[in-house]
Amino acid sequence: MLAEKKSKKGAFIALCCVAVLLILVIVLENTLDPIKNTTFFTVLRKGAVYALVASSMNLLNGFTGLFSLGQAGFMLVGAYTYAILTIPAASRDSVYYLYGGSAIHFSLPELFGGGAVGLILGVLAALVLAGLVAAGVAWLIGLPVLRLKSDYLAIATLGFAEIIRAVLQWDKLGPVTNGANALKNFPTFSSFNLGSGLRLSIFVAFLLSAVCIAVILLLINSSYGRAFKAIREDEIAAEAMGINLAKHKRLSFCISSFFAGVGGGLFAMAMNMAQAKTFTTALTYEILLIVVIGGIGSISGSCIAAFLYVAASEWWLRFLDTEIILKSGFKVPLLRNGFRMVVFSVVIMIVVLFFRKGIMGDKELPDLFRKRAAKGKEGSK
Amino acid sequence: MQYALSIILSGISLGGQYALIAIGYTLVYGILRLINFAHGDVFMVAGLFMVYLSTWFPLWVALPVMLLLTAALGFVIERSAYKPLRSAPRMSVMISAIGVSYLLQNLATYITGGLPKTYPELPLLSESITIGGVSTKWVTVVTPFLVVVLVFALTQLINHTKVGMAMRAVAKDFETSQLMGIKINSVISMTFIIGSFLAGVGSMLYFTNYPSIVPLSGALPGLRAFVAAVFGGIGSVPGAVVGAFIIGMSESVIKGSPFSIFSDAFTFALLIVILVVKPTGLFGEKVTDKV
Repeated sequence: MLAEKKSKKGAFIALCCVAVLLILVIVLENTLDPIKNTTFFTVLRKGAVYALVASSMNLLNGFTGLFSLGQAGFMLVGAYTYAILTIPAASRDSVYYLYGGSAIHFSLPELFGGGAVGLILGVLAALVLAGLVAAGVAWLIGLPVLRLKSDYLAIATLGFAEIIRAVLQWDKLGPVTNGANALKNFPTFSSFNLGSGLRLSIFVAFLLSAVCIAVILLLINSSYGRAFKAIREDEIAAEAMGINLAKHKRLSFCISSFFAGVGGGLFAMAMNMAQAKTFTTALTYEILLIVVIGGIGSISGSCIAAFLYVAASEWWLRFLDTEIILKSGFKVPLLRNGFRMVVFSVVIMIVVLFFRKGIMGDKELPDLFRKRAAKGKEGSK
Repeated sequence: MQYALSIILSGISLGGQYALIAIGYTLVYGILRLINFAHGDVFMVAGLFMVYLSTWFPLWVALPVMLLLTAALGFVIERSAYKPLRSAPRMSVMISAIGVSYLLQNLATYITGGLPKTYPELPLLSESITIGGVSTKWVTVVTPFLVVVLVFALTQLINHTKVGMAMRAVAKDFETSQLMGIKINSVISMTFIIGSFLAGVGSMLYFTNYPSIVPLSGALPGLRAFVAAVFGGIGSVPGAVVGAFIIGMSESVIKGSPFSIFSDAFTFALLIVILVVKPTGLFGEKVTDKV
């Protein structure tokens, strides 16, 4: 009873924190100069998307112990589903000019009547559909793949991600997927900026990603989540406790892919375009490294790491890529294009080798406060 | 007829090149149970070594130095990235391997400036030859023979020397062999050195057929070679060679058909089929898990 009360209180505090964060984001976006702070805003938008994708990967890799490397593939499915369903009918001809127009002649925002309501409903519906399609693909892939163990599973999912990419780039599917060319002109986060001057693009990114992450958190704290953790610790023991391994693994795989698909749709919104060649294995590795830096098995860790990672790679370390010549004429050695990524990967290797637990280990943010509070109580006694 | 012959020829040479990479995967997996994701990038770096060395030295110096450097690179990677994680869970080591792969790719991008580098022309290997009306490079003919010689030497090493015996023992049982007085660290280092050396030879043969190297050119051949190793039964050297020839041949056939975009998809489909039907591969030993 007491524990229940406590967790309800915790949930309330968490909700308040998220609400404060969202308000802060609106205030920030509307007070700061949008031209000077373009990088900062991009970091925030991309960070929110990466946080969701990393959390979905953490659900599978960190909580269920299934080492899957197919994340980019599911994101790709989500991004394409979202883009194909929302490109306005009027601009379809210009996007699909190589194939003489698209095979699909409707777009969801227009189906819902256009305008602001149509935009919101259409984007939401498209994102949900993006997730569902990704989950459906995951269900199909899971049939053969989920029988495999650890590293074989990793390679097989990696392989499927490559297959998905090849299929979507296939010329024959051109009228639907636009072949290897980019899909453009669909509603992005900037479409949510109100004409009257209220900018909401970052708010929308944060809100969508926060809702999804909240669902993931609720799932992890449910009885399904406990079953996932049991499977991670010891499959055989979990099976002996009466957990249906196949069912729970499939469930975790599909749900993780669902959110990866939604994340893919958001990713397309953040990048203003969707193209198969951006969803390579390198993207999966990037997300995996975010999960590792944040701590395998910690959703709040993944979120913090996602923002840190995006900020470091897009903003803080940018200066490493440009040559700097000091006033005395001394040219700082090593600095030139590409050096940023070298420094970045060295930092990542250091984290992987020496700080294997990452930022949060397997703890969540509230755990840290709780511990401190408990310690404080002991001290006062 | 000529078309078929050209496809068969390129399939055989591709298979031979994959075989040399696949051996590196299979040896490491046999001992450490680790997919060395960085192996494909070692292969790419070996190519870059050759590009830079051949501009500084004459070819007869550059070639052995390249092989030495590649072997040294394998050794350094093992010592710095995998050895500290010996007692860590397998997932950590695999993540570390992915990290090394990321680092090597970024380093290569930095050093080359992201531009494609032209692979040097090797005497004899790059020269053209006509077989049955099909014009091809000498490397196509040399590859299978070189692979057979190297694999023969390797099996002799594994079956008839002390190091080879130690390698087999470590692959069978890590801890017991340690108790028997085998220095597992040096055995593991040896494995990485052999694997990287063969990848170096493979890169020489592979890139002679291609105009240029980019930092990402190691990733896909690496994955295909890994699939070959799994296909043949991971941990078995002859299996890796057979698997590599099958993969190389099927890739060459599909590349020559209208479905060329699906060549990698087919490779991975093959992997998934073999993993589901016969997880131990063609020549692999059956492993039973104890609770």
